[in-house]
Amino acid sequence: MINFNQVNKRYPGGYQALKNLSLNIAEGEMVFITGHSGAGKSTLLKLIAAIERPNSGSVLVNNQNVGVLKERALPYLRRNLGIIFQDHKLLFDRNVFDNVLLPLQICGFDHRESAKRVRAALDKVGLLKREKSHPIALSGGEQQRLCIARAIVNRPSILLADEPTGNLDAAYAQEIMAIFKSFHQVGATLLISTHDTSVLQDTRVRTIDLKNGELQSTPVSGPT
Amino acid sequence: MRHALTQHLLVLRTALHRIFSSRLGGFFNILVIGIALSLPAGMYVLLQNVQGLVTQLSGTPQISLFLSMDAKSDDIDRLRRQLVQHPAIARVEFVARADALAQLKQSTGLADVIGGLQQNPLPDAFIVYPKSGEAQALEALRNELAKLSKVELAQLDSTWAYKLEALLSFGRILVLTLAGLLSLALVAITFNTIRLQILTQSSEIEVSKLIGATNSFIRRPFLYFGAAQGLLGGIMAWFIITIGLVLLNHQLKALSLLYASQFMLHPMSFGDSISLLLFSMYLGWLGAWLSVARHLSQIEPR
Repeated sequence: MINFNQVNKRYPGGYQALKNLSLNIAEGEMVFITGHSGAGKSTLLKLIAAIERPNSGSVLVNNQNVGVLKERALPYLRRNLGIIFQDHKLLFDRNVFDNVLLPLQICGFDHRESAKRVRAALDKVGLLKREKSHPIALSGGEQQRLCIARAIVNRPSILLADEPTGNLDAAYAQEIMAIFKSFHQVGATLLISTHDTSVLQDTRVRTIDLKNGELQSTPVSGPT
Repeated sequence: MRHALTQHLLVLRTALHRIFSSRLGGFFNILVIGIALSLPAGMYVLLQNVQGLVTQLSGTPQISLFLSMDAKSDDIDRLRRQLVQHPAIARVEFVARADALAQLKQSTGLADVIGGLQQNPLPDAFIVYPKSGEAQALEALRNELAKLSKVELAQLDSTWAYKLEALLSFGRILVLTLAGLLSLALVAITFNTIRLQILTQSSEIEVSKLIGATNSFIRRPFLYFGAAQGLLGGIMAWFIITIGLVLLNHQLKALSLLYASQFMLHPMSFGDSISLLLFSMYLGWLGAWLSVARHLSQIEPR
C-alpha cells in the first residue's frame, strides 16, 4: 500500500532528513515509527501526504508515485488520507462540530449526511457531548481526540499520526492508543510516529526505528 | 446539481456573513466603493440629462431669415416661392413684422418701452426648417440663403447647441477618465481587503489544503466576497446618485419656475442602473481574483 524506494530528502539549507530509505507497508498494517527527535519521522509522514517531495527515489501510495504528483491532483490524494498533525492544526474560530465538518464540506457532502458522519466520528473519540464547545475550552487530550475525529470523519483508508501522544500523560496516551487499535481492527492502515516508546510496551506491533534519517533495525512484523 | 447549488449558496452565505460580521469595517469599505463609483456615474447621469435637453432644444434646427426693411409684399411672395421649392428645406414659416412686435410685447413685459416706439423696428422674417440636421449642410444652406435678394441676415439658431455638444463630448471624456481611475481604485480596495482576509484566515487555508481542498474551493469564498462587496458598493453608489438627484431636482424646481420651464433631472435609467451594479460586481470580483491569485500560493502547508 505504501512503498518507499531509496528515498532521499534534503531540506533547503542542506539538512538531510532521510537517507536512502526503503520500506514497504501492507494494507491494513499498523506501524509505529520511532526514533529520536529529528530522526526523520515527521518527514516520512509528510512525504506520504506529498506535503514534502523527495529529492530522489519514489514514494508510492496505492501504486501512485506521490512524489511527482501534479499540484492539481494533490487534493484527491489527501482526501484518502487521515492526518493527525503534531501541532493539531485545529481551527479556533469555530466549534468542535464545525472543525470535524470541514473535511466533509471540502469533499462536498450534503448537510444531513455530513451531520451524521460528524456525530459518528465524535462519538468514536468520546467527544459527542462537547460538539458545541470551542477547541480552546478543551483539554490537551480532548484536542488530540478532536484532531483524530477530524482525520477519520472522511473514512480514509490510511491514517497518519504525527506524535499523537506527544505531550499527554500516560493515561490519556493509552486512551488514544486504544482508539487507534480500534481503527486497525476495522482494516485501516495506520502509521503512527512517536518518540515515546513506553506506549508500545504492551503491544506487539511492527516498529520502524529511524536514526539520523536511516533505518535502524530490520522491521519486525508481529501479530497484533 | 442541487447539491452543487447548495454548496455555492453555503459559500455565499459565509461570504456575506464575513461582510456583515465586521460591521463597521465592512460598511466603510462599501461606502468608499459607493462614493468612488457615484462620482463618474453621477456625472454620467448629469451629462445624459444635459444631452437630452440639447437634443430637445436643437431637435429641429432653424434658420431665421430677416428681410431688409424695404422688402415689399411682392418680394416676400417671391422669396416664399423660392424657399418652398428649395430641395433642402422641409418647411417655411413667415413671421410678419407686426406679429413679431405683438409677440415681443406679450412675452417680455416690455410693453411700455415698445409702446413708446415711433415705428416698428422689427423686420419681416422667415423661419426655415431644413431637412438635414447636419452641421455642415446647415452652414452651407445658411450661406446660400443669405445671398438671396432682400435677405438682410440669415441666422443659424442652433449654433449654440453645437458648441454645447462639443462641450459635452469634452465632459464625456472626463467621465470616462474618472471612471477608469476610480474603477482601478475599486479593484485596489478589494485587492487589499481580500489580502487582509487571506492573512487572517491563513490557518484555515492551510488546514483546508492539508485535508484535500482544491484551489477553487479555497478561492470561492473570497471571490464571492469580492463580488458581493462590489455589488453592495454599486447599490450604495446608486442610492448616492438617486438621493443627489432628488436634492438637485428640489432646487431646480424653484429655479425652473422662475424661467417658466419644466426642466427636471431624470433619474438613472433601469438599464444604466443594472449596468452600474453588474460593473461594480465585476470589479469587486476582479480585485478578489487578483488578490487570491497573488496571495494564496504563498500559503503552502509545511
